[in-house]
Amino acid sequence: MILTQAQQDMLDGKQGETMAKVMKTLVAYGNVYGAERMVPVSSEYGHTVISFGLGVMKPVYELYDKLLAEGAVSAQKFSVDPKPVDKKNVRANLIQNIVFDFMYSQQKRYEEQVKTFGIMDDDAYTCTCYLPQVGNTPRRGEVLSWAESSAVVYANSVLGARCNRNSGILELMGSIAGCVPEFGFLLDEGRKADWVVELKTSKLPDAQLFGSAVGMKVLEKVPYVKGLDKYFSQLDESCTTYLKDFGAATASNGSVGLYHIDKLTPEAVDLGESLIRESAPVYVVDDAEIERVKNSYPVVWKDKDAAPKLCFMGCPHMTIQQLKDWAVRVEESLAESGNKKVVIPTVFTSAPAVIKEFEKTEFAPRLAATGVHVSSICPLMYMNNPLCKKMPVITSSNKLRTYSTARFYPEAEVLAIITGNK
Amino acid sequence: MAKTFKGRVIAAGTCTAKALVSHGGFNTLASYQSPMLTGDREVKCSDQNNPDLYKRPLRGVALCLPETIGSTTGGMVLYTVCAHGMQPACMLFSKTIDSLAASGAILADIWTDQTMPVIDELGQEFLDYVKDGMTITVNSGGEVVVS
Repeated sequence: MILTQAQQDMLDGKQGETMAKVMKTLVAYGNVYGAERMVPVSSEYGHTVISFGLGVMKPVYELYDKLLAEGAVSAQKFSVDPKPVDKKNVRANLIQNIVFDFMYSQQKRYEEQVKTFGIMDDDAYTCTCYLPQVGNTPRRGEVLSWAESSAVVYANSVLGARCNRNSGILELMGSIAGCVPEFGFLLDEGRKADWVVELKTSKLPDAQLFGSAVGMKVLEKVPYVKGLDKYFSQLDESCTTYLKDFGAATASNGSVGLYHIDKLTPEAVDLGESLIRESAPVYVVDDAEIERVKNSYPVVWKDKDAAPKLCFMGCPHMTIQQLKDWAVRVEESLAESGNKKVVIPTVFTSAPAVIKEFEKTEFAPRLAATGVHVSSICPLMYMNNPLCKKMPVITSSNKLRTYSTARFYPEAEVLAIITGNK
Repeated sequence: MAKTFKGRVIAAGTCTAKALVSHGGFNTLASYQSPMLTGDREVKCSDQNNPDLYKRPLRGVALCLPETIGSTTGGMVLYTVCAHGMQPACMLFSKTIDSLAASGAILADIWTDQTMPVIDELGQEFLDYVKDGMTITVNSGGEVVVS
């Protein structure tokens, strides 16, 4: 790999032994994928996937102490994935809370480290850092050093930024060094589509199910999706919201880091089908395929007929429009069932900055009146608690289903369950 | 009869260990989540979706796999597993290593005192040939002997 003089100096230890190891790590990473050079991280902000102070992860915080001791802070401010615990808004019993305290014994230490490294602000804890209220929205063509899978796939696909599917820790090192190895999604060649997906359903499919189907089929490859333009005429808020949830499912049910949507996402608009590699296989998604995918999910509850004790919506975090729409949907569904409040404890999760904006709207008290709680927690981290894992939790998130014991239902069914219509 | 395969060195080192084979993708977070949280010294795999490995001890084995899958915390998890000395004796990938496993292998190699040889691009033939319990010897230069 050819390095600039400044990069070579860093590698040679002119900024200290720790910075040399940071650069050595990034160079080794690039060498695995044949990177010929390092390129500057050009986004204004970074983002780190590590948001939790797990006691068992002490080696990570020790490594971070080592970096901080040598002044190896991030060259850019950054946002952080959501916090693991919200005792105020998310129900947990005494014993569950004791377990949380034990599990996340390093939380305070880690949050202090994040402050020193350079978090954007105290509210910058969310997986949807790219939402306008949060302010970490990369521009097209900018090079990022991020790791959160749902954010990476959104930034690459919807915003046209350039980011590999990096790992936690390594993404922070990219922000510290100010450069990342150039390979994969950072290159035009790496952004070409390996698969064509043809959507032939009778109506717009649930984003989470459609994304899951695509992710499980193409795995880490790049799909070019045709047929969504029948439902979305432009990349407006309803479309980007749909793609947020679609992308998160492709990334967690497969390991998709980039997709193109015909006539909608920036590169597909500009380059069209020339993005598709020769002889790319075709995957047809119709109503039967969506149903097959939905029925393929295992139910990992011990008692498969258990009554749900908790519902999580918002993994990844909900947009402000989703919060508003769901306030209305829950109200209407409650009116239908004759119930005054949701019949299952329900938590909608969203970014702290989005929640602040939402609270200024008329919809916030209306949602609160339905009994739904709003929190900025990471539902995945909540479900990591072995005692919470045993609870029958339902969700409309395919990501949460994949990484926890939560049971998936499409949005319409979740709505019916929480309002007592099912 | 011993059979020799040649791959690419991601993290250098030599070792001899018994093979444990995952034919599907190895979900790093799901596999290590429970043993790390419970301090299980045998490091029994907690990924219920991996029928080859579920409940099998991962510590000290020659882990043979196509690739890793799952959360982008995977590299961090692998680094932590190595820092705790709970890692496999080696990781042997039939495919080109994925970016998360590569990150974990590199972080462990550079930032811990532990050794865990990692070889990739051993080919599908390797994964078809190797069976649980076979003896694996990793030599320098990416040579892997299965007997």
